[in-house]
Amino acid sequence: MAPATHAPDSVDRAIVVATQGGLPLVSRPYHAVGAEIGVSGEEVIARLRQMLASGAVRRIGAVPNHYSLGYTANGMSVWDVPDDAVGELGRVVGALPFVTHCYERVRHPPHWCYNLFAMVHGRTRDEVRDRVAYIASILGDAARGSDVLYSTRILKKTGLRLKES
Amino acid sequence: MDKIDRAIVNTLQQEFPLSERPFAEAATLLGLGEDDLIARVKAMLRERVLSRFGPLFQAERLGGAYALAALRVPSADFERVAETVNALPEVAHNYERDHEFNMWFVLATETGDGIERAVERIERETGLHVYLMPKREEFFIGLNLPVEG
Repeated sequence: MAPATHAPDSVDRAIVVATQGGLPLVSRPYHAVGAEIGVSGEEVIARLRQMLASGAVRRIGAVPNHYSLGYTANGMSVWDVPDDAVGELGRVVGALPFVTHCYERVRHPPHWCYNLFAMVHGRTRDEVRDRVAYIASILGDAARGSDVLYSTRILKKTGLRLKES
Repeated sequence: MDKIDRAIVNTLQQEFPLSERPFAEAATLLGLGEDDLIARVKAMLRERVLSRFGPLFQAERLGGAYALAALRVPSADFERVAETVNALPEVAHNYERDHEFNMWFVLATETGDGIERAVERIERETGLHVYLMPKREEFFIGLNLPVEG
């Protein structure tokens, strides 16, 4: 089911374009954005509050570079589980404290038969491996196949970028 | 990164205040001066301890679309293909992984059909098949990485 969307108007768009690269690092950042786009700081704050409420903005804050914080082992564990069980199993796996993202995704047989993805963070590969083994023990026979893909390089990490209209 | 920087990263991974002087407000919580907090955030961005600081937008809630995709890239072509994929503004993140499916990227587009157009462009420019792996269900997104020490 698609999430409810609140189509952005021109002010919302302008706020997205002005802040998608980051908030200005000044004492009154929302007022700085307002000055840039021609609305008041209070308007920027009100719009961002609305976008937080609607989910258009997940949160406002710091995004750590997990590599530089020592979480250098980022294992994307993937599992082939029956389609009629993936909802229940996904919820269980997603609730684990070391799983940061968990999704059911589309398969591409014959090369890619995995439909459950659970991102496991850890400080070392061994830590990630142990955590993946824990997931395997939970899934048991329901997992007909599995693998873990480690990211070896961040090639790009800029986030959503709207073009200026 | 000292103890204060760690406290800043832990605290500011949660909500940053929506107020006239949000840095002053956050600084008070952290026992710092406003200027000191701003300077430290700037330094951490410069040193790539933080990748971003600001609102994190959800493409789908803005009327757009978001999809994970992968490529099986022959190793000889990897750098060229990475450059080609990275060049698309719709590519929000791109990672190399140690697997036959070795390039994984996220497409974030303004409009629903933007994903299809981005996929067509990548296939045309790289000559490779794009394996789109959109989510069918989302179970959890918990992006909090506590900093120890």
